[in-house]
Amino acid sequence: MKTQKIGAWLAIFFGASYFIIPLIATFEFSLRMRRGEYSFDAYRSVFSDVQFRESFSYSIVMALLTIVFGVLLVVPTAYWVRLRLPQMRPVVEFITLMPLVIPAIVIVFGYLRIYNSSSYIPFTGSARGTDLLLMFSFMTLSLPYMYRSVDTAMRTIDVGTLTEAAQSLGASWPTIMFKCIFPNVMSGVLSGAFITFAIVIGEFTMPSLLNRPAFGPYLQLIGANRAYEPPALAVIAFAITWGCMILLQLVSRFSKSAPAKP
Amino acid sequence: MSANRAIDLKKTAIDWLGITPFLLFAVMFLVAPTLYLVTGAFLNPAGEFTFENIGGLFTDKIVASYWISIKISLASSIGGALIGFWLAWAVVLGGLPSWIRSSLLTFSGVASNFAGVPLAFAFLATLGRTGLVTMILRDWFGINLYATGFNLLSFIGLTITYMYFQIPLMVLIITPALDGLKKEWREAAEILGATNRQYWTKVALPILFPSILGTTLLLFANAFGAIATAYSLTGSTFNIVPIQLYAQIRGDVLHNPNLGYALALGMIVITGISNLIYIWLRMRAERWQK
Repeated sequence: MKTQKIGAWLAIFFGASYFIIPLIATFEFSLRMRRGEYSFDAYRSVFSDVQFRESFSYSIVMALLTIVFGVLLVVPTAYWVRLRLPQMRPVVEFITLMPLVIPAIVIVFGYLRIYNSSSYIPFTGSARGTDLLLMFSFMTLSLPYMYRSVDTAMRTIDVGTLTEAAQSLGASWPTIMFKCIFPNVMSGVLSGAFITFAIVIGEFTMPSLLNRPAFGPYLQLIGANRAYEPPALAVIAFAITWGCMILLQLVSRFSKSAPAKP
Repeated sequence: MSANRAIDLKKTAIDWLGITPFLLFAVMFLVAPTLYLVTGAFLNPAGEFTFENIGGLFTDKIVASYWISIKISLASSIGGALIGFWLAWAVVLGGLPSWIRSSLLTFSGVASNFAGVPLAFAFLATLGRTGLVTMILRDWFGINLYATGFNLLSFIGLTITYMYFQIPLMVLIITPALDGLKKEWREAAEILGATNRQYWTKVALPILFPSILGTTLLLFANAFGAIATAYSLTGSTFNIVPIQLYAQIRGDVLHNPNLGYALALGMIVITGISNLIYIWLRMRAERWQK
């Protein structure tokens, strides 16, 4: 029994060192910009960079759009499958898992081939069109997470009874959707939203190959050309991911207090 | 009768209409792009059916890049699985204070999503030539890491970096499986006179085996498709398959678009097979978790 406890502490000590040392090292490195003393110069340099502000706000806008359209696609689908098409559930679930099976770089390769400027749907023919395609590609990336968190939240409510109750009170479909279903799966929607935000904000492959000025390609560019700004950016990126996950945990803890139904 | 049928038909039509947007999205942004590449892999530039592209994959350069990709993915997934299992075991069965468990799980949620370019920066700041650990080893212990042949921009360096998101993913998936080990099984084994070792080799590990193997495969596919970390760590010098494909998409470096499709097909096949086995194993594992 004693040796087991020692082994467990050893595991935690090893794990903690492996995970924490890189974070300390990154932070330390980001402070080294001024010779001979620690300073926040690298952060100042990052925040005063116009390209940083532009790419960062571009990615934030893209993330928000991805979340809005992702939610509008996923919630009605998950609802409808539970209500009317339970036989389609395995198919829909399989589709939502596809982005985990097919690497992102392969998916975007396909986009570039079928949506190029000489195709029937020339998304990449204009900057706006490419933005739209990029948003769809982010929706694809986040689909597995979004669908799973919304579907899990929907499991705890009885969609059939809710719908019938709303219908017998004379509610229209939009009313049922937005006043009845959405509020009930809000915890799932928020969980999906936070994880989507964390994924989209730093995504490199898709915006880079679609040539859009997002935060991920900007990070890569800075990494190739500067010394002290990259670790500062890594600290910022880590803080964003951390923030998203903390919010996600708060949301899921909050929703657990609600009574669950089979 | 016919009126009923018309109503039924209308109802079915509405039922299907409800998921049309989703199906349309799936076809446009998942199925069609994938199918295009898969069929393209079997066509020559003139549009005729051929196995030439698949054969073209078996040239030294491409085989080498698949091989290095597979090696890195294997090393980081097996390493990540072992260490992740060790950590999960420690917090579930090691008798540690419960705050350690919740911190580890929260941190794993963050770290499993902390990949891509920033992760590369973090490891450059740690184990790069002027990284903190490199400097401390040199100044305090007199060990010159880079003189020992270590290089962050190499197989071993990339494997260590990848494990930063592999270990947490393993922790997140395997912790529920370890939670599912029932106390009664252990007690039953002990009453029958089993040693700790016998309990693990004859009872616990066989039950956990599908979960462990399945998650390892998931980690493998996860590493195999990753590009951003490797790309920003090593530039385009390190020829793993995704980087090769990236260069091909950017500038047709293989001088044959259809060979590029075959390269993509190879990736789909490898990640697809490991994911399918993962799903199958997970279904087997769930039998014990009811």
